[in-house]
Amino acid sequence: MKTGIFLCECGGNISNTIDLENVKKHLEKNDENVVVKINSHMCSGAGQKMLIEEAKKHGLEKIVVSACSPHFHEKTFQGAMKKADLNPYVLEIANLREHCSWIHKDIPDVATEKAKDIVGAAKAKAELDFDLEEKKMKLGDEVLVIGGGIAGIQTSLDLADSGKKVTLVEKLPTLGGNMAILTKTFPTEDCSACIISPKMAAVLDHPGITLYTNSEIEDIAGHRLHFEAKVIIHPRYIKDTIDMDQCLICNKCKEVCPVSQPNFWEQGIMNREAIYIPAPHAIPYKYLIDSESCLHFVDGSCNKCEEVCPQQVIDFDQKEERINIAVDSIVVATGYDIFDATRKPVFGYEKYENVVTALEMERIVDHIVEAEPPRKVGKRVAFVQCVGSRDKQVGNEYCSRVCCMYSIKLASLLKQSKPETDIYIFYTDIRAFGKGYEEYYKRAQNMGIKFIRGKPSHFTEDKETKQVMVTVEDTLSRDIIETEFDLVVLANGMELSKSSDIIADSLKLAKSDDGFFKEAHPKYKPVDTLVEGVFLAGTAQGPKDIPDTVTQASAAAARVIATLAQGEVPLDPILAFVHTDICDGCEKCLEACPPKAISMNNDGKAEINEALCLGCGSCIASCPLEAIDLNYFTNDQLYAEVEASLKLKKDNEKRIVVFADNNTTYRLIDACGVRKMKYTNYARVFRIPSGSRITPNLIQFAFKKGADAVFIGDSPAKSSRFEWANNVTKDNIGIVQNKFKELKIDSSRLIFSQFTAGDLMKFINEINQLAEKIDALKPISEDTKDQLFPTKE
Amino acid sequence: MAKKIKLNDKNTEFYEKIVELSGEQVALCDQCGTCSGGCPFVEEMDITPSQIMRLVMLGQKSVMDSKTMWICASCFTCTVRCPRELDVSKVSEALRQTKLRTAIDEISIEDISKEEAKKLPTIAVVGNFRKFTG
Repeated sequence: MKTGIFLCECGGNISNTIDLENVKKHLEKNDENVVVKINSHMCSGAGQKMLIEEAKKHGLEKIVVSACSPHFHEKTFQGAMKKADLNPYVLEIANLREHCSWIHKDIPDVATEKAKDIVGAAKAKAELDFDLEEKKMKLGDEVLVIGGGIAGIQTSLDLADSGKKVTLVEKLPTLGGNMAILTKTFPTEDCSACIISPKMAAVLDHPGITLYTNSEIEDIAGHRLHFEAKVIIHPRYIKDTIDMDQCLICNKCKEVCPVSQPNFWEQGIMNREAIYIPAPHAIPYKYLIDSESCLHFVDGSCNKCEEVCPQQVIDFDQKEERINIAVDSIVVATGYDIFDATRKPVFGYEKYENVVTALEMERIVDHIVEAEPPRKVGKRVAFVQCVGSRDKQVGNEYCSRVCCMYSIKLASLLKQSKPETDIYIFYTDIRAFGKGYEEYYKRAQNMGIKFIRGKPSHFTEDKETKQVMVTVEDTLSRDIIETEFDLVVLANGMELSKSSDIIADSLKLAKSDDGFFKEAHPKYKPVDTLVEGVFLAGTAQGPKDIPDTVTQASAAAARVIATLAQGEVPLDPILAFVHTDICDGCEKCLEACPPKAISMNNDGKAEINEALCLGCGSCIASCPLEAIDLNYFTNDQLYAEVEASLKLKKDNEKRIVVFADNNTTYRLIDACGVRKMKYTNYARVFRIPSGSRITPNLIQFAFKKGADAVFIGDSPAKSSRFEWANNVTKDNIGIVQNKFKELKIDSSRLIFSQFTAGDLMKFINEINQLAEKIDALKPISEDTKDQLFPTKE
Repeated sequence: MAKKIKLNDKNTEFYEKIVELSGEQVALCDQCGTCSGGCPFVEEMDITPSQIMRLVMLGQKSVMDSKTMWICASCFTCTVRCPRELDVSKVSEALRQTKLRTAIDEISIEDISKEEAKKLPTIAVVGNFRKFTG
C-alpha cells in the first residue's frame, strides 16, 4: 500500500519555521512505501494538480496533506481526492500551520520534531482509513408545526398552500394562542379576533393540514431532516366521530353544569362551567370537559350533563391517545407566556385586587362598553411599563418590544370608551419603533393620556377603598409622585412559553441568553436553528409584535419549502458501525445512545439506524468487546495515531495528548494558532467528534505509550450538538481516575475541560498549567505503565 | 436658570473615580427612578438618588455639595430594587469618601466650648473628626 504525503510550505508560513526537507527525509527513511512531496501552496490549483498526478502516477491509496487546519481546506482536498479517483475519506490533514509553525516560531528545531510527530500520526491514521460511502437521504413533504398561535397558523397555511403536508399540534383546546385573547391590535385598532378567526377557520378547512388541538408533544427523536414525534391527544370526553355534528351544540350540558371556574380565554375576569367551549371563536368549535374541575372526575358526585345530553355524546371513559408522526421538517412556534408578575412581589399582583396584568386588561377593555361589564376600571388608571422586562433582578435584561405599544393601545381604547378616565402611563423609555407606532403614540398623547417618565417603586393598598397607592419619581421634574389609582395595569413582558421546554430538550435546541430559542445566525439565518430542518417562527425566537411574527412565520415556511425542495441531502458518513463478528448482543450500547439510533436486529446483534446516528461516538466506550466503532475515528485508528505521535519521544521530553472536539476545542486551538499565541510544545492535538469518543482504554493507552498527561476538550452541553456527551466523558474519565488511584498515578495528569468559541486564553492557561504540573511530577514508572491498558495477559 | 455645563476630561476623571471607588458602572443607570421612588428619606433630600446617579455620569463635582449623600441611611432599598442591579448606596458611599478626602475643615473642634463639649455624646464628637474636619 502506497501512501502519498504532501508537505505544504504555505508560502513560508510553515516552511520558515519547520525544516520540511528534514521532515521529508525522516518520512522517507523510515518507510519505502511513501511518496513525499513538498509544494509551496497545496491548496492552489497547481498543488491540487500535483496531488492528483502523483496519486495516479504512483497508484497512491492513502493521502496525507500536511498544511493548515482541516477547517480551512479539508473540503478542497476532498474535492481533489475525487478527481484522483480516490475516496474523500482516505485523506488525512496534518495541521502543521495552526498547531505547530505559527505557535512555535521561536523554537524551529522543536517545531520540526513536533511536525514529524504530527505528520507521523496522520500517516498512521491514514493507513487505516477506508472508503466511506456518502449516502443520500430522500426528503419528503411532511412538516410538523408546533403551536397554533398566529405564528403556527401562518406557517401552516403557507406550507399547506405550497403543497406540503402539515401536522399542526396545539396544546390548548382551541387555535389562536395569545392573539385570540387580545381585544384590538395596535396601531390600527382593528379587532384581533376578526383578523385571526378567518385564519383559524382556514386551518381547520385546509385539506393539507391535520390539526390536533388539546394535544401535546411528548418527545421528538431524530436530528436532521428526519424526525419522529410522539403526540398525546388529551381526551375531550365528548364522542367525536368523523361526523362531528353528533354534538349539536345545544348547550343543555352547560346549563346544568354546577361548576364555575375561571375562564382562561377571559383571563379569569369571567367564569365558565366544567363543560365548555373555550371561546366564542374557538376552532374547533367543540365542547370539552375540564377533568380537573368536573365533579364527576373530582368525586364522582355529578353526571348531570350526561343525563341531559340529547345525543348521548358525553363519554367520561375517554382516554388519552398517543400517535407517532414522522416528518421531514419542524417549525417551532411555541410562543410566549407573559411574565408572572408574582415574581416581582413589589408590584402587588395577586396581593392587591386592583392590580391586573396586561392580558387581563385586554379582556377588561374588550367588555368595557357593555352595560354591565364584568369588571369596572374606575376613574384613575395607571399603566406600569417594564414589568419583568429590562430587569436584571428577574433575569430578563431584554426589552419585550410590545408592552409600550399595547399599553398605549389599551389606554387609547379605554379613553375612547370612557373619556372621563384619567390615565397615566409610567415608563422608562417609550419604544414606538414600528410602522405607524410613533404616530399612534402621539395620538394617545393628544387624547390627554399622560406619560410620566419613571418606574413606580412602591405600591400599597388602601384597605377600605382598595385603591392602590403608587410612589414614583417623575425623573423629568425630579418630584416624587404619590397617588391613588383605582386600577393599576402591569405591562408584563414576554418569556419563552414553559411548554417549549419539552421541545428544547427533545430537539436539543439551544437557547440564547434571553431564554428564547436561538437562531442559527442572528443576521443571515434568523429563522433557522442549529438543528437542520428545524425552524423558528414567532415569539419562540424572541419578543415580537404581530406583524413581525407573521413575517417570520412566512419566512420559516419559505425556509422549509426551500430546504425540502432539495429532494435529497447527503448523509455524513461518519457514523457508528458494528463489527457483527465481535458483537455478542449484550445490549449495553442501547442505553449509551441518547438519539436511540442503536437497536438489536433479528440476529441478536446491535444495528445502527443511520438516519438517527449523530456520529458522536458515545456508544463506543460502553462496549466491553470494542465491537461498536465509528467511521473515520475507529479504535484502531485512534490507537495508531496516538502511538505514532509518541514514537519519537525521548526520555527527557514530555508530551500532552490533547483530544479536541471538532466543533469547538479544535477550532479554538486553530484560533490560537492564527493569533500566533504561544503555548507549551508538549501538546499533540487530535481531532475527535466529541469528548465522549475517548474511551477509558484509549486514555490508558496514551499514558502507556508515553503521554505524561491527557487533556480532553469539549463544548459545554448547552452549545453542543451532543448534549449528553459531557456526562459520558466524565464517566469515562472517572473509570480511568479510579485506575489511577489504584496505581498511584497523579490524578491531575488527566484533565477534562469545556470551552466556548472565545475561550482562547482559558485553553492556553490550562494547557500551560498542565505542562508545569507534569514538569514537577516524576515520570510514570515502567512498572506502573505495564498495568495500564492493554495489559499483557 | 438653566446651567450650562461642559463635558471635558475633568468630568470623565471624576466619573471614573466614583466608578472605581464604588465598583459600580454608573453609566448603566437608565434613569428609571426606581431608587428615588422607593427611598424612605427622599423627602429630606435636596436632590433625588437618581439625580445623584445622573450628575455622577455627567461628571459634575457639584453633586458633592448636595445633602443627599449624607441623608442616605444606607438602607439599601434602592440597591435591592434597581432593575439594573446597580448598588446605588455604594455610589453614595463613594461620594462621601471622596468628599471626606478633600480634607476641608467644616468646623473646628477647638471652637467648641468645654461646657458644650461635655453635653455632646462622645461618639458624635469622634464622628465629627471624620466628617467635618480635615
